[in-house]
Amino acid sequence: MNYEAVIGMEVHVELNTRSKVFCGCSTNFHAPPNTNVCPVCLGMPGTLPVLNRQAVEFSVAVGLALDCSISRWSKMDRKNYFYPDLAKNYQISQYDLPLSFDGAINIIVGGETKRIGITRAHLEEDTARNTHTLGGGDSGVDFNRSGVPLLEIVSEPDIRSGAEAYAYLTALKQILQYLGVSDCNMEEGSLRAEANISIRPVGQEAFGVKTEVKNVASFSGTQKAIEYEIARQRQILENGGAITQETRGWDADRGITVSQRSKESAHDYRYFPEPDLAPIVVDTAWEEQIRAGLPELPQVRRARFEEAFGLSPYDAGVLTASREMADYFEAVVEAKAPPKQAANWIMGDVQALLTYRELDIADCPLAPVELAAMIGLIENGTISGKIAKDILPELMDTGKSAQDLIEEKGLVQISDADELVTVAREVIAANPGPAADYRAGKAKALGFLVGQLMKATKGKANPKLANEILARELGSSED
Amino acid sequence: MDREWFRMTAHELADAFRNGDTTAEAVAEEHLARIEKIDPQVQAYVDVWQESALDAARDADARIRAGTATPLTGVPMSLKDLLCSTEGTTTCCSHILDGYRSPYDATVVERLREAGAVVLGKVNMDEFAMGSSTENSARQTTRNPWNLKCVPGGSSGGSAASVAADEAVYSLGSDTGGSIRQPASCCGCVGMKPTYGRVSRYGLVAFASSLDQIGPFTKDVRDCALVLNAICGHDKRDTTSANLAVPDFTQALTGDVSGLRIGLPKEYYTDALGGDVRDRVETAIDILKDRGATPVEVSLPHTEYAVAVYYIICTAEASANLARFDGVRYGQRAANVKDVRELYHQTKSAGFGLEVQRRIMLGTYVLSSGYYDAYYLKAQKARSLIAQDFTKAFEHCDVIVTPTTPTPAFRIGEKIDDPLQMYLSDLFTISTNLAALPAISVPCGLTTEQLPAGLQVIGRPFDETAVLRTAYAYEQHRGFDWGRPPLG
Amino acid sequence: MAQITLDDVDYVAGLAQLTLDEATKERLVGELGSILAYMDKLNALDTTGVEPMMHALDMTNVYREDEVIESLDREAALMNAPKTDGAYFLVPRILEGD
Ligand SMILES: [Mg+2]
Ligand SMILES: [Zn+2]
Repeated sequence: MNYEAVIGMEVHVELNTRSKVFCGCSTNFHAPPNTNVCPVCLGMPGTLPVLNRQAVEFSVAVGLALDCSISRWSKMDRKNYFYPDLAKNYQISQYDLPLSFDGAINIIVGGETKRIGITRAHLEEDTARNTHTLGGGDSGVDFNRSGVPLLEIVSEPDIRSGAEAYAYLTALKQILQYLGVSDCNMEEGSLRAEANISIRPVGQEAFGVKTEVKNVASFSGTQKAIEYEIARQRQILENGGAITQETRGWDADRGITVSQRSKESAHDYRYFPEPDLAPIVVDTAWEEQIRAGLPELPQVRRARFEEAFGLSPYDAGVLTASREMADYFEAVVEAKAPPKQAANWIMGDVQALLTYRELDIADCPLAPVELAAMIGLIENGTISGKIAKDILPELMDTGKSAQDLIEEKGLVQISDADELVTVAREVIAANPGPAADYRAGKAKALGFLVGQLMKATKGKANPKLANEILARELGSSED
Repeated sequence: MDREWFRMTAHELADAFRNGDTTAEAVAEEHLARIEKIDPQVQAYVDVWQESALDAARDADARIRAGTATPLTGVPMSLKDLLCSTEGTTTCCSHILDGYRSPYDATVVERLREAGAVVLGKVNMDEFAMGSSTENSARQTTRNPWNLKCVPGGSSGGSAASVAADEAVYSLGSDTGGSIRQPASCCGCVGMKPTYGRVSRYGLVAFASSLDQIGPFTKDVRDCALVLNAICGHDKRDTTSANLAVPDFTQALTGDVSGLRIGLPKEYYTDALGGDVRDRVETAIDILKDRGATPVEVSLPHTEYAVAVYYIICTAEASANLARFDGVRYGQRAANVKDVRELYHQTKSAGFGLEVQRRIMLGTYVLSSGYYDAYYLKAQKARSLIAQDFTKAFEHCDVIVTPTTPTPAFRIGEKIDDPLQMYLSDLFTISTNLAALPAISVPCGLTTEQLPAGLQVIGRPFDETAVLRTAYAYEQHRGFDWGRPPLG
Repeated sequence: MAQITLDDVDYVAGLAQLTLDEATKERLVGELGSILAYMDKLNALDTTGVEPMMHALDMTNVYREDEVIESLDREAALMNAPKTDGAYFLVPRILEGD
């Protein structure tokens, strides 16, 4: 039988406000354990939450970027359950009236664009962190993360494969990073993805029994876990078995999902409206104010890059992968570099050097104007591309201008025809064999001779000119 | 013989301090001696802060000398044990919080400190404010100073008893369904629940968040106004605190009620209302009429649903509010627990008293899957109707006057085994919490059993002034010798 | 409606993380039953079209600005901890599925 997978994603994203969602503690939860805590985020008796305006505005901004409708009137609710990482043994979250709902993200898989629906995005508080590595029979609880604002983004079950899930997560992360509302660091837990996976015979409308895969540390891990889970479920059904509704964890080392035991009782969270917080009313004026503050989003920017700069879809995609990358590219173009050349340099040598130095484009020591200046020197024939490649690391490390650096190092390209004619004649004289070959019609032999000429000039010869002169010299001496 | 300063009101003491008749230190010492002598009978205090009280009194004397005193500077008072204080313990009279020390002061405690108050210590209450008799305390049973065999009312029974027995000039308690007004009525002192939102709840250990409000117990209405002046006002740490200007409440103390329309809800004055209490209240209404007020019959048609609505909402909210007492971050943890489940179960089962467990069960039930709409949502809708009753009634009157409780203080042990009967004793007070209105209880005489009765005056939202004005006028003109509880 | 059973009491005690002895459970069946029966009087009340009163005051949009204020000393944070190593709150080892 042919099965199709039905996958919905739940993503929790930590918003990078300065202070927590209900108290003034710093959101830096990497501080030593239990140092960014106060009576409120420890759930001490008598304390009350006060909602952080910025957390609401970030949430609404995400909702708008995900093409959601914004609730005019929403509220916070209490979600009741017991766990040692939950300071009050209820989480302040949103139940029936999330801040935003009914949106979508477009993903591109295999060249095809597909729309993945967003059911809702709601604001809640993060929990503390439990540590099981202290030794002894105890677990330790660190409340630094307790109360960090968290946005839960729930997709429609529109995803059909691991690859689509990967594309969805990538697109979502890209949007969140463009908005600047989260650093989306999966290893550090500021972005956490859960997949609800079921399969059903193609053509059947009813959903199959789903499993929930949690605690995967990367997007590619999520993709693999989903692919594994689809195969596992198919095998069970094909063998006449039944799927158990349960939570499964991803064992990255073994490449399998593992049952984490189905919960003994069904969840009964006893949600009710949080009496300590006033309702949230986002009127059109506030919504428009937030909308006006949205940056150009990745899809729009990618299209503009293709159109305005004549970039290929691939290049435009790479250059808009992050807002910082796109900003860098635009700054280089702004400084008068031809877009195609700017794209090649950024995606090629600049990116390679950054990767080697473990730097992000946002921290690139080479200012966009300097890169543009260097590209300009190639364009006007002052230096060759080869020289440019050679000096790029130094350009990046010293902060000197390309012009100063090439003058200092005597690397200005030899574009003096007379000088090159002299060297060309020497090269021809020293390599009679290849010269003869060329004259005999082997065009390839010219390349060898150009190489020799470059060698003799320590790469400083203007390659275009060197080609012309050599060809002319070989031709003229034949006369 | 020296005057007995501990019998004085706050405003009388302020005059005495200003005139140099006595000092805050002397008055604090007198109160501490009074507590030592009387409290073994009354059992109002659960924690007495001997040293810090005297320190505060000495600071107060310095302020009085420097001329920077407020009307409450140097005046000794007590705090209900659910108001968080860095000094001493804050236990809500529950075993689960035995020895708990708050890392911060409640906003009201901060404000009292700024005003120069002398805090004598913490007083008894029903565990987590759940009760109407203070019998549900994990500490002790507080006695009614007027009759040691009777309850002081609850849940702020310790506050009421400490003021009635002259062991504090005033006290702060909390009122969720009558927990200030009912014990004030039972013990013969003035007790007021301001409008929800008037006083910051930050640092009040929550019982039912949408109903709880802090308020004063005092010996007279003037002191009530003075304490309100000190504790009311917006607090950015409490989202539900109203961002409204606070009037000087002493301006309400004119003694004049001419032209005031006093609403008498027909649903309260039924045949069920006990003869003695009814008598005292009707006499009080006559006095107000003599001073120019006009009685008007009003109707609060949804009164009969108030107890049901109240116990659904307050237990639901409490079931979440009390979930945090789990033995992880603070409080008592059961010994030798082998896993997290045991940690929770044994800590809670050993730490919470019966009534608290009963209410957690009830609140959990009404929120649980399948029952939310039938109980919790229904109760919230009914709460709207109850609030609307008051809005409509206040179209015809300026204040509403009722008995505070249908009967005077009952005997210790009399209702403890019948939770429903205990709940029904809050009949006249809980509607005002549901409607978030201000209300006061002012003593209106003794019944034939020599137990105090209370007159309740309810006002429009944030119109504490009308409530105080009515209560003060009555107090000034009630014309009987109030007497003192028969204590040593 | 208020037909509360021993199973209900068990279920609710589980949600509330309370362990009750048999006698207490039996007693609660009776007590909760009669309290809930009293509450069932609400069934007689017509609340069609009535908005629930979720909050005591009619306030909306009350926020704090996103400013960091000083946190508690760790010592003060851990002051009441039943068990701590000076850095963490300690609880019996948490296992998956707890
Ligand atoms: Mg969530
Ligand atoms: Zn905090």
